[in-house]
Amino acid sequence: MFTRYTAALAALLFVSAAPFAQAADKPTDPQIAHIAYTAGVLDIEAAKQAIKTSKNTEVVAFAKDMERDHEAVNKQALDLVKKLKVKPEDNATSQALTKAAEEEHAKLAKLKGAAFDKAYIENEVAYHKQVNGALETLLIPSASNAELKSLLETGLKIFQGHEQHAEHVAGMLK
Amino acid sequence: MKAGALIHLPWVAALTLMAAPAAAATIEVTIDKLVFSPATVEAKVGDTIEWVNMDVFAHTATVKGGWEVMIPPKKSASLTLKAAGAVDYFCRFHPNMKGHVNVAP
Repeated sequence: MFTRYTAALAALLFVSAAPFAQAADKPTDPQIAHIAYTAGVLDIEAAKQAIKTSKNTEVVAFAKDMERDHEAVNKQALDLVKKLKVKPEDNATSQALTKAAEEEHAKLAKLKGAAFDKAYIENEVAYHKQVNGALETLLIPSASNAELKSLLETGLKIFQGHEQHAEHVAGMLK
Repeated sequence: MKAGALIHLPWVAALTLMAAPAAAATIEVTIDKLVFSPATVEAKVGDTIEWVNMDVFAHTATVKGGWEVMIPPKKSASLTLKAAGAVDYFCRFHPNMKGHVNVAP
C-alpha cells in the first residue's frame, strides 16, 4: 500500500530511493514503530562504517554521537513497544529504507579519506532531513498511541539536532 | 578612639568574609526532552549553574569560543561563572538546543 506513494515521492525529490509514503494511507502504530526503529538501526550501521573507515577526528566523533544517540532512542523504542505489547510490523517503507541504506553502504565502501568523509557526512545531512520530513508529515501525525507519538516527537528533536550537527561538520570539511 | 577603631576592624573583616560566600547561589537548569529550562538564567559572577539532565542522551552546554560543560545522560554537571557578561550557549551534539546566561559582575 506504500508503493505508489513511494514512487510519487521519489519522482518529486529526484532521489533514487525515497522510501517514505505520503499521507492518505496512514501507517499503523506497529508499522510506525518498525520504521522508526529501522531508521535508527540503519544510521547506527552507517556510523559504524564511518568509525571504521574515517581518519578524520570530527567525522569519527560525529559518527560516535550518532551511534550513541540512536542506540539510546532505539532502546526507549524497544522498552515502549514491550510495555504497549505492540509487535513492530515490517512494511514497504522499512524495506525501502533498508535497500537505500545498503546501496549507500556499498557506495561508501568504495571511498577512502576525504572523499569518504564528505560522502558520509553529506548523506547524514540528507538522511536526517528525509527521516525528519517523514516524522513531521507522516509518522507523528499518523501515530495513534500518545506515548508512541511523544517518543517520536522527542526523536524528531534529537534528529533535527543531528541534521544541524551534520551540517556543521559538513561545513568544516569544505 | 584609636583603640576602639582597632577593636572593630576584625568584625568588619569577618562580616566581609561571610558576606561573599553567602551571596553565591546555585542555579538549576533542567534538561528534559532536549529543552534547557529555564532557557535564560540571570546570575552573578561566582554563582554556579547546575544542569540536571533528565534525558537518556548526553548533552553539552557549550559557549562558542568559551566554556563547555559535558552533561552525561541522567546526570548533573555544574559550572561556576567566572566572568561577567551575556553568553549564548548550545548543545554541541544537538545544536537546536539553546540557552542564555546573563552574568552580572
